[in-house]
Amino acid sequence: MKKLLLLSAFLGLTAAAPASAAGEPIKIGALLAVTGPASFLGAPEARTLALLVEQQNAKGGIDGHPIQLLVKDTGGSPEKAVSFAKQLIDEEQVFAIIGPATSGETMQVKAIAEGGRTILISCAAAELIVNPVAPHVFNVAPKDRYAAEMIFQRMKKMGIRKIGLLSSNTGFGKAGKEQVEKAAPAAGVQIVANEVYDKAATDLTAEVTKLKAAGVEAIVNWSIEPAQAIVIKNARQIGLRVPIFQSSGFANIQYARTAGAAAEGVMFPASRIVVADALPAKHPQKPVVSGYKQAYEAKYKEDVSTFGGHAWDAFQILARAVKEAGLDRAKARAAIENMKGYVGTAGVFNYSPADHNGLTIDAFAMLTVKGGKFVILPE
Amino acid sequence: MSLELVLQYLVAGLTYGTIYAVVGVGFNIIYNATGIINFAQGEFVMLGGMTAVTLHGLVPLPLAIAGAVLVTMAVGALIEVSFIRWLRKPSVLRMVVITIGISIVLREGALALWGESVRALPYFTGDEVTSISFAGVHVSPQVLWSLGTCLAIVGFLRIFFQHTSMGRQMRACAANRDAAALCGVPTRNLVTLSFVLSAGIGALAGCVTSPITYTSYGIGSGLAIKGFTVAILGGLGNGTAAVAAGFLVGVLEAASVSLLPAAYKDAVSVALLLTILFFRPSGIFGSGEVERLRAH
Repeated sequence: MKKLLLLSAFLGLTAAAPASAAGEPIKIGALLAVTGPASFLGAPEARTLALLVEQQNAKGGIDGHPIQLLVKDTGGSPEKAVSFAKQLIDEEQVFAIIGPATSGETMQVKAIAEGGRTILISCAAAELIVNPVAPHVFNVAPKDRYAAEMIFQRMKKMGIRKIGLLSSNTGFGKAGKEQVEKAAPAAGVQIVANEVYDKAATDLTAEVTKLKAAGVEAIVNWSIEPAQAIVIKNARQIGLRVPIFQSSGFANIQYARTAGAAAEGVMFPASRIVVADALPAKHPQKPVVSGYKQAYEAKYKEDVSTFGGHAWDAFQILARAVKEAGLDRAKARAAIENMKGYVGTAGVFNYSPADHNGLTIDAFAMLTVKGGKFVILPE
Repeated sequence: MSLELVLQYLVAGLTYGTIYAVVGVGFNIIYNATGIINFAQGEFVMLGGMTAVTLHGLVPLPLAIAGAVLVTMAVGALIEVSFIRWLRKPSVLRMVVITIGISIVLREGALALWGESVRALPYFTGDEVTSISFAGVHVSPQVLWSLGTCLAIVGFLRIFFQHTSMGRQMRACAANRDAAALCGVPTRNLVTLSFVLSAGIGALAGCVTSPITYTSYGIGSGLAIKGFTVAILGGLGNGTAAVAAGFLVGVLEAASVSLLPAAYKDAVSVALLLTILFFRPSGIFGSGEVERLRAH
């Protein structure tokens, strides 16, 4: 049935599009955590891809190549991501893969994509994804190292010296924990409590009590699950009123909504897409973020998140490479590696053979929650 | 460690404990009537929470909760009537497979109906940051709500099973279904009732804990594991014991966080379960005598 639909859509499009559209179809795979604990990342990413493919196919595809999108729901599980990656590469022989949404999954899939010589554009943030560089593996999310550095810059300004670090037992949590531990001494900050919790945790009162006992001056939490919202709620409930910093994983307004009043004042680094309306008109990212925001929100009736933006960037980068290099995998890979000045939702990308992330710390802005909305934190 | 902190950890433990306990109690009701473990118990909790969140968009909170409990009870009845009722002398293994199957169907159905997003009911009293302070210890009013609900459920069940004719018939049905039927007990209807009751209790638990733990389509299985642990620990079939075991596990988990890295929290409860099963297979509060009588 699905095949029939695809086929009929394809026939309909080729009939309507100009003669040049009779090109060979391009198969793009996507490994996304559409369900499960990381669904606040994967679900908007899958929706964004569906939107882009629909738009692009209505225009006759990428350079006349109609797109066939295969989304595999990994549920956030690295094991599933591995088996779907093999399926996409060996059986479906996709041209490229977008995703996974999480760092833990990406780390497992990295070697498989490299071995299968298939371009993988990850939507996850761990520095380990692109360091060391694997020739076929790229990512589009600003690195966790930058996020940690940005948080410490802010702490320095606020005079914070003793922090409690919480993280979840996922790839993202572990990688972020390492970055914070690495950056803390240079920033003159001491981590006096350092706790890891389960990604499915439903209450963290005991963990925050431990931070309170350690006399922390601020909390840093590194996770992508609903636990992000639970942490801040529980901290406030036990009367721990210190500043709370979250990772870039907080940049889906749903988290702030679920935490309600407790989310007020939480600070986190994120790309500017979530504050698109507040960007000045002359900001270079203004046209792309507003364009994406309008298209997404009109179609899905929900707010954009940085995560959907990552899928947007991954798709556009791939499309740009295919326009330049055609359906030649090696040439398309080289085209991404040498791409300069792509303005995306996360920032301005400048890839190079040594840098498969392409972003700088400027991709982040420090945001906070005010009146239930994300706003840029004043300097 | 100061007394204040000890008490604060205790509060954390009670918070975990109530959630485990209310799920554990649900297991016991069906076990009491049928002698089987209903692995779809966690899904009743999920269904209750999700339905209440949806209804809350249309009606006030108390009505939404009542509606969610009724809807889940209806689902419980439907499940029993369509999958369990027509089985003649089902083996335990068959029942386990059936209830696991039902739990998967409910979970996927909820995913199709509600999508993957995480929802929550508003706090019944105050909001996310409200807490009641007493001698330096802070507790969210919602924890008191779930504690109260949990105790009310246990009280109700105790009276129901010990002091009402229907409750006694249900226990008779569990002890020996054939003998109960010979004495004129409508065993089939009572099994349906046990599913309805445990679905209702699960749904109520799902509603009161939803502001604390959040609700999404997939929370059922995790809750079921903890609830099952607690039900076994207390001794299967004993609702009050399940609650006591729930608090015990909750407090031990909180205590483990205070001493060990938090990552060991779940290991502590599993280690406890294994120890208990090794030394007291019928549970902390269960008596071996009852088990032997049941087997005959």
